[in-house]
Amino acid sequence: MQEAIISKAKQLLADGTVNRVIGWKKGEFAYDITPAIFESAEEIDAEFVYDDFTSANVSKYLVKESKKEGKILAFLKPCDTYSLNQLTKEHRVNRDNIYVVGIPSDGKLDAEKIKAKGITGIIGVERNGDTLKINTIYGEETMPVSEAMSNKCLSCKSKKHVTYDELIGEDGEVIESDRFDMVEKLENMTSQERYDFWKNELSKCIRCNACRNVCPACTCENCVFDNPDSGIQNKAASDSFEENMFHIIRAFHVAGRCTDCGECSRVCPQNIPLHLLNRKFIKDINSLYGEYQAGEDTTSRAPLNDYTQDDCEASIVHERGVE
Amino acid sequence: MQVNDNKEFQPLIVAFCCNWCSYAGADLSGTNRLNYPTNVKIIRVPCSCRVNPMFILRAFQKGADGVILCGCHPGDCHYTSGNYFTRRRMTLLFSMLDFLGIERDRTRVEWVSAAEGAKFAATMNEFTEAVKKLGPNRRLEDLRCRKQ
Repeated sequence: MQEAIISKAKQLLADGTVNRVIGWKKGEFAYDITPAIFESAEEIDAEFVYDDFTSANVSKYLVKESKKEGKILAFLKPCDTYSLNQLTKEHRVNRDNIYVVGIPSDGKLDAEKIKAKGITGIIGVERNGDTLKINTIYGEETMPVSEAMSNKCLSCKSKKHVTYDELIGEDGEVIESDRFDMVEKLENMTSQERYDFWKNELSKCIRCNACRNVCPACTCENCVFDNPDSGIQNKAASDSFEENMFHIIRAFHVAGRCTDCGECSRVCPQNIPLHLLNRKFIKDINSLYGEYQAGEDTTSRAPLNDYTQDDCEASIVHERGVE
Repeated sequence: MQVNDNKEFQPLIVAFCCNWCSYAGADLSGTNRLNYPTNVKIIRVPCSCRVNPMFILRAFQKGADGVILCGCHPGDCHYTSGNYFTRRRMTLLFSMLDFLGIERDRTRVEWVSAAEGAKFAATMNEFTEAVKKLGPNRRLEDLRCRKQ
């Protein structure tokens, strides 16, 4: 896959279709692959990486990049194309300045899960069907791929590219996933249990703002959380209210626009399941206002920008089952 | 203003009332000499749609025990469609608060027209009683804002 992507990038650079490429390069370790911009074939040869740890969604970088001179080439996985489509719909990116090459994705790995098995010093991985061969500085280890798969890929919602100019490989389909299972499980708990669950999770928050910075839906130039008057811009966890407020408001600001790409949970250094908050909104929107998948198209109205005269009343929340 | 006999818990209720219907409804209940608890503190907003989810959380942060949002009846909005948006937003917000384990009876949306002074008073009485039963808001409060 990496060779195909690299040769495609070089070809498009050479024939002048694009003047730069957004891709990924190795970080300090083999598994912390970071997005990077390449301007020449030499740079691509030297640093371009696409492997099983390349899970970063580059759509958000295109907000700034697409406003610059000339076209940029972006390689997008199916889930990333939803984010780009949503940004196009909100006029946050200049789609004419982006050349999208859709690349298939069969799930990305989470280095933390591998490390949790006691495997350290990872220098590379190889996938053979269901088994994962991990090369480490101490020798070779194996483990099932499914146990190392990142959470966001385990509950993948779609293998279909919703926007692209060109495809490498075959296009997939929208798939049935179990992504709402955990939300349902929480909904069936009592109010006290839910409170305890979230207090436990959210109090871990160190307010690093990584979830906000990585989120392709969070593209406001002036974020409410950067406002010194917001009362919630402290860096450290000074009071549980701050974390509650931050996460509720952040999830609310992306409600109806979140494509469920799962980047928020992936980057969270404290492993807070932030995607559950977004999925709760998606689930509510689906059940109350009709099925809606953000980023699926560029024409439909977002559920919170729309209404019907016979929407349910807010009291529906109070009438719902378990307490 | 708070009447406190030091025995019974007196909740602090914040009521966001839209300028065109509910605020006038509150006015009417006053001119009609109808009683509603002094626990209710009214904040006038131009339209129920002006209420940002942050306002509601902020009220809880500053020590409110219950927050009620009143607006024109659907279809009667002064700005045609403001309250339809409010309805969707608040449904989702309340559902989220419920999901996070905040007692669902602490939040409410009620449509009160300018002619419904009696409904305003009845709603406030009922809501205050409901919040009183729940006791003080402990799950969504900011300890730094707590009054000693």
